[in-house]
Amino acid sequence: MSCLQTVQDYALRSLGIGERLLPREDFTLCEQVTLIGSGMIWNIYFGLIAIVFGFFAATGMALAKNSQNAWLRKPAEFFIYVFRGSPLFIQMFFAYAVFVVLKQSFPFFAPFTSAWLGATLVLFLNTTAYTAEIFYGALQSIPKGDLEAADAYGITGRTRFTRIVWPSMLRLAWPAYTNEAIFLFHATALVFFSGFPVWAQRGDALYYASYFADKTFNPFIPYPILAGFFILLTLVVITIFGTIGKRLNRHLPQAVIRRPGFMRTMMR
Amino acid sequence: MFSYCTDPSTLEGFSWLSCYLTTGKHMGFYASFLTVIVLLLITAPVALMFGFAGAAAARSRFLPLSLLGKTYTAIVRGVPDIAFFMFFVIALDQAFEYLRHKVKCPDWSEPIRQGSDFVVCTQAKLPLSTSPQWMHEAYGFSLAVLTFAIVFGAFAANVLYGAMRAVPRAQLETAEAYGMNQRQTFWRILVPQMWIYALPGLSNLWMILVKATPLLFLLGVEDIVYWAKELGGLKTARFTEYPHGNWHAIYFFALLVFYLMLTSISERVFKRISRRLSHGQATAAGEAQRKAAQ
Repeated sequence: MSCLQTVQDYALRSLGIGERLLPREDFTLCEQVTLIGSGMIWNIYFGLIAIVFGFFAATGMALAKNSQNAWLRKPAEFFIYVFRGSPLFIQMFFAYAVFVVLKQSFPFFAPFTSAWLGATLVLFLNTTAYTAEIFYGALQSIPKGDLEAADAYGITGRTRFTRIVWPSMLRLAWPAYTNEAIFLFHATALVFFSGFPVWAQRGDALYYASYFADKTFNPFIPYPILAGFFILLTLVVITIFGTIGKRLNRHLPQAVIRRPGFMRTMMR
Repeated sequence: MFSYCTDPSTLEGFSWLSCYLTTGKHMGFYASFLTVIVLLLITAPVALMFGFAGAAAARSRFLPLSLLGKTYTAIVRGVPDIAFFMFFVIALDQAFEYLRHKVKCPDWSEPIRQGSDFVVCTQAKLPLSTSPQWMHEAYGFSLAVLTFAIVFGAFAANVLYGAMRAVPRAQLETAEAYGMNQRQTFWRILVPQMWIYALPGLSNLWMILVKATPLLFLLGVEDIVYWAKELGGLKTARFTEYPHGNWHAIYFFALLVFYLMLTSISERVFKRISRRLSHGQATAAGEAQRKAAQ
């Protein structure tokens, strides 16, 4: 079987499209790369959804923690404490167990026991807590002068937040937030090992990697492939976040020193 | 455990619970909390040593050594830790057996990898098939410790590398001016001063390590997650004297609380250490302490 054929059969296997049976023996390198890459679709899905929704929720949560009103502040503090103080692995197990119990009395919770919704929800809550803590720290370190300048110009309320506070907060939080995004994508590998069942062998990259490692009893091929995919993903995340970070910082004096051109030095 | 526990089916309420919570299996569950603590206490210093070696290597002027140190930290940070755990447990085991095989059975002619089997001679098996059960468990546990140390050593290397660079350059120049050689400067000036710069990173790392301990479950160690899964499952009267429904949620809630306590206590301890280490340092915190004492 040619490699092209394998790609056609298995590239979307993790979504249930293509060949139904996984290869059983004489695994080729092509099969391993294709299937593990196919599993990455799940990792990207989990990470992307959690980051996009988590970003907005974390902004709200950070504002709540920064608020003067104890009714807002205390719950936010508690939420952040619980999700940052306990392992994601246990949170997943716990959430799954709770969803299973809830499912028995309320059929509404049935989809939550599958990974696409339940695990995404847990990852979303988890990243919200970590990101909120980062954003809260950034809110605390917004330069006093920026806020005073806003007051002096009579900028208040919503405008003050969208024009002054929020951009500054993001700018300060960005390096730490980049790290959090990388860690979140790494954490997506936990999903199918923490209670949430794999349905019809549609798993994530680590699921397929461990499948191959179990079958061949040779960890030295599937796991490096997995590592390669994750390093690639990490590089993409760094590039995207770096671009956004540059845009957030574009109004600041840049560190680059402009040297006079070669010709101008010669002419002088 | 208690005398009235002989026939649990007649018991109710509190007395039933007191019997249920003191069964032999529950004792195993409680002991596994100790396993976690022991793992943390052994892993932390070993990982710190790995990290120190990694950071020192990355700083080295000898290019291959410095590249080795940097690659070690870069790769481990770029890949999910869970993938590393699952990889190293098999890889280390096979590596050890392979080395022992080469030493103990030099005239073995068959290939070691036969299809999907990994075959070494009987004397090279780890642990030997004749050894008692506790040896097998100890071997599994030490593989887990080594794996944790390798992964967290890379994180620690990154922190310590940053901390070594944060020590003011003037301190090192002064040491050189006093005629200290490189080794002396490193051990007498750099290392004692770097800890205060490393502490925020290391405390963060400790938190990550604490939160990574449930992954022991994936390494085949009978840890708290294993027992929570085991004990919380649905139990029918056919197989146990204490039948109950699916109590997974309760058991995992208990684990959640345990970890929250562990991280809270750690946070408090680190606050204290930080105050201690800032004493007499040329940092803002040290300066604040000096002012307060005046």
